[in-house]
Amino acid sequence: MTDLTKLSLKSALDGLNKGDFTSLEITDAFLARIDALNPKLNAYTLVTHEKAREDAKASDARRAAGNAGALEGAPLGIKDLFATKGYRTAACSKILGEFKPEYESTVTSNLWRDGAVMLGKLNMDEFAMGSSNETSAYGPVVNPWQIEKKLTPGGSSGGSASAVSANLCLAATATDTGGSIRQPASFTGTVGIKPTYGRCSRWGIVAFASSLDQAGPIAKDVTDTAIMLKSMCGHDGKDSTSLNVPVPDFAAAVSRGVKGLKIGVPKEYRLDGMPEEIEKLWQDGINWLKEAGAEIVDISLPHTKYALPTYYIVAPAEASSNLARYDGMRFGNRVDGNDLIDTYEKTRAAGFGAEVQRRILIGTYVLSAGYYDAYYLKAQKVRARILEDFTKAWEKCDAILTPTAPSAAFPIGQKQTDPIQMYLNDVFTVTTNLAGLPGISVPAGVDVNGLPLGLQVIGKALDEETLFAVAGVVEKSANFTAKPNL
Amino acid sequence: MSVSEKDVRKIARLSRLAIQDEKVPVMVDELNGILNWIEMLNEVNVDGVEPMTSVVAQVLPMRDDVVSDGNQQAAVLKNAPKADSGFFVVPKAVE
Repeated sequence: MTDLTKLSLKSALDGLNKGDFTSLEITDAFLARIDALNPKLNAYTLVTHEKAREDAKASDARRAAGNAGALEGAPLGIKDLFATKGYRTAACSKILGEFKPEYESTVTSNLWRDGAVMLGKLNMDEFAMGSSNETSAYGPVVNPWQIEKKLTPGGSSGGSASAVSANLCLAATATDTGGSIRQPASFTGTVGIKPTYGRCSRWGIVAFASSLDQAGPIAKDVTDTAIMLKSMCGHDGKDSTSLNVPVPDFAAAVSRGVKGLKIGVPKEYRLDGMPEEIEKLWQDGINWLKEAGAEIVDISLPHTKYALPTYYIVAPAEASSNLARYDGMRFGNRVDGNDLIDTYEKTRAAGFGAEVQRRILIGTYVLSAGYYDAYYLKAQKVRARILEDFTKAWEKCDAILTPTAPSAAFPIGQKQTDPIQMYLNDVFTVTTNLAGLPGISVPAGVDVNGLPLGLQVIGKALDEETLFAVAGVVEKSANFTAKPNL
Repeated sequence: MSVSEKDVRKIARLSRLAIQDEKVPVMVDELNGILNWIEMLNEVNVDGVEPMTSVVAQVLPMRDDVVSDGNQQAAVLKNAPKADSGFFVVPKAVE
């Protein structure tokens, strides 16, 4: 039999539908591969062998009874930020300890509703704060590309990207607050989409920065992300920002083509000192879309350079508020002190890692009396300017093409000393979080060392279909077939 | 604007984060590095701009004011560091 773990989600679903193999067979194939490779990659923080096999058997029974769902029998990995009932959900933080939720997140509920199988929980930066998966309390994740070099898979969804890239699951859930789906996808030669804010319910996803957080999939190709996204999305009364809009057939849009579409190229994304290959790759992308019948238009997003500083006010402010709940009283770890306040302070100092503490302090400062207007209010106004940039751009184009990240994957440990250097990873992705827009990263080429690089397509709010159409052309033209050698 | 050691101690207290004395100067440097970088926003003219408070323009939905969940005492206490007789056990909060 062929190696089932190499299949795309789409071809695995086709194989299951045709009866070429069962869910239990493909699930066992993934579990065996995880057991063999996870000690090297550290992509999973929890492998749910028994649950996976039970899910798979139940799925095979449903299929036999003629009740197959859209993801019936497909083994998936779940980022540790999603609450999974009865299975440890720690957001890769020490402070949550062995927290086992008594509830299931809406997004994962939707996946199980459609018949998917859970393989386990995936590593990530602590509370999704990081761009290299190095802030995880469970240790860094290794990028499967050139594994001997010990490169980061990016972050925060580093476990999701590494697992998909190394064939340790068919596809994975991820989340994106400033680039946490798209940058890891770019670093690992996978596809990742952050949909429009409000497409996916945030209920049951551990909150980082609520006005920026959005769930989405990382998968092996564009069609696979479209299939995953359709299952993950949908209105949810339990999240007041969840949008009550129809969920289109995203996969149908992938082969739509770009004839007649106007693709914007923003001059502000051309950074000084950007590697030549990235510049070239961007030009390749422009040429591919032109050849496929799109019209390329120069656009300007003048407030781009202010997006990251704006983000590093808004996100820590929201995080400092969201993370106030970790006080050691109702769940998670507690460190006893002399009195109540001392207990809070010791619990939080011991439970949160350095980057999380740094962001809580920044967030508390920018929200504190006397500084609120200068920082937080100002950032909210600049954020409005950034959204306005895009609104003006949409008068000239239907979608925007940019690089996903300013570099390829870098070695673990390289950027740990300077927080701002790490933050710059998200320079091309963070604008869409601030504006609530959808963005997708598609692998399009390799750098001088043979490491994958992604191109990003940004779309109008709720127009993921155009995004998938453009991404489909980029994928087809790039014909990126390289795989990590494991 | 920049923060002093006194400011960092105050912010840490507001954040309910115990901070070791030797870490204070380190945090002062790190926070000032980030705050100096953020100062870039002063270049942006925001005269007459309304602060963005909602990502997607929509009115918050109302639901019927009815009980939709409840009787979850055991589930609520399941992950408590300390619980007894159906209650959370916490350090003394009132003298």
